[in-house]
Amino acid sequence: MLTLSKAKIEPFAVILHYTNKTIDDMLKLPIYLDNNATTPMDPRVLEAMTPYFLQHFGNAASRNHPFGWEAEEAVDYAREQVAKLIGADPKEIIFTSGATEADNLGIKGVYEMYASKGNHIITATTEHKAVLDTCKHIEKTGGEVTYLKVKPDGLIDLQELEAAIKPTTILIAIMYANNEIGTVMPIKEISAIARKHGVLVFTDATQAVGKIPVDVNKDGIDLMAFTAHKMYGPKGVGALYVRRKNPRVKVTAQMDGGGHERGMRSGTLNVPGIVGFGKACEICMLDMEADNKRIAVLRDKLETELMKLEEAYINGSTEHRLPHVTNISFKHVEGEGLLMGFNKNIALSSGSACTSASLEPSYVLKALGLGDDLAHSSLRFGLSRFTTEEQIDYTIKAVSETVLKLREMSPLWEMYKEGIDLSTIEWAAH
Amino acid sequence: MAYSDKVIDHYQNPKNVGTLDKSSKNVGTGLVGAPECGDVMRLQIEVDDATGMITDAKFKTFGCGSAIASSSLATEWLKGKSVDEALKVDNMDFVEELNLPPVKIHCSVLAEDAIKAAINDYRVKTVWKPLNLKKA
Repeated sequence: MLTLSKAKIEPFAVILHYTNKTIDDMLKLPIYLDNNATTPMDPRVLEAMTPYFLQHFGNAASRNHPFGWEAEEAVDYAREQVAKLIGADPKEIIFTSGATEADNLGIKGVYEMYASKGNHIITATTEHKAVLDTCKHIEKTGGEVTYLKVKPDGLIDLQELEAAIKPTTILIAIMYANNEIGTVMPIKEISAIARKHGVLVFTDATQAVGKIPVDVNKDGIDLMAFTAHKMYGPKGVGALYVRRKNPRVKVTAQMDGGGHERGMRSGTLNVPGIVGFGKACEICMLDMEADNKRIAVLRDKLETELMKLEEAYINGSTEHRLPHVTNISFKHVEGEGLLMGFNKNIALSSGSACTSASLEPSYVLKALGLGDDLAHSSLRFGLSRFTTEEQIDYTIKAVSETVLKLREMSPLWEMYKEGIDLSTIEWAAH
Repeated sequence: MAYSDKVIDHYQNPKNVGTLDKSSKNVGTGLVGAPECGDVMRLQIEVDDATGMITDAKFKTFGCGSAIASSSLATEWLKGKSVDEALKVDNMDFVEELNLPPVKIHCSVLAEDAIKAAINDYRVKTVWKPLNLKKA
């Protein structure tokens, strides 16, 4: 794992040495298992990016001197690397500031471009806020949006999807893989239905690209948002894939200016970021299979051991799921309280929203049909290519011990153990 | 969001976790909150009938670190107080002692409610009249 060539990279040797050490140093705390939020950058990505800050700092749009040419060349190369990972043509890649911008550009861009065809969009209740809030914005401007419910396993019902299509439907926006539970949607089947009805397919593939094989042609995707920082690349750079053939898709620009990115996204290109994005894609393409085999073994170990605790439930499909994710509810223990037991040493997130003003737990878990109590009791584990078995062993122990300790402290656990049906109690809401 | 040292200390070393015999005549039990809201506190007091003093207090809480700390602190405060003194404990006392941030104020309110509910349960069991608990 992570063999660094001792190439001529002296200025960065210190950084690389340090990074390499932390990865090899097996149980350095804190442990990072919140990789659905962001991933650490791969040192190889940093190595590729570095020359583009100080040496090759040119503007990729400067046509008349070597600084511009170098930058443009680097962007072109990165565009090929990105396109290759998803089976696209480089001309179909529009660089953005990240997946949120790509979601906005893809959905609003289609909505505006195809206004004469219709105003109806179909999406799902478990989408990321970047998609849901974009759809809400569209509703305010006169568009119509159908929010499909999901089944208890987190997948949409394909018959419901087809039934929701109307003559005015212009876009189906369904995520490739869910950020909270890792559920992978049947994108190929979705796009087959869409194609039959002449509707475009947009997918937010932020959690999927670089993690599992995604091919825009095999999957029948017309537009796709994804980002570098979820796949060991830098933050602040993402892309929108826009199909050019069968059919040729167009989007209305959401950012006006110098006409960069074929007029679809103006703004000076983030050259170092794009170079890093390209490198991250290339590494994912090469390492994905081997990485996934190893990561899935670790995830399964984590899951199997934690499921030995009483009243633990896996949220979402275990069959159609990303290999590095598991989301588990530990009944009668509150998620934020649980995190506090080890969050100095293990970075995780919870579906509990005890910190938010609304006190509403995860809308994704609720959409699966989970009661609020189980949604409050969930932890999300996201592994990465840098996760080690020692880290997983430590996590299993720390999480199990904290669950047991908090259950000893939980009145709900005591009642459950006494055989009291908690649903029969009249709780005083507050 | 970082927790205060006092919250962390109560969370790591909670005081008076446990259960008193709720059928006992001199034990008052308060169960407040709801699983759907992510907080349930159960606070119990044992009262010396002759003196009206709280001789023991126990809690069990389902909730975040602030909720656990608030209920742990409540049991510490209640022991040795008279029932009348205990009624004067205000939610802001918890906020100040534990440095609770605004999003955690509801934990302090819950702790105050739990104290009042426990006292009320005790009063109902004895000849005293129940309190009129309208403050939420």
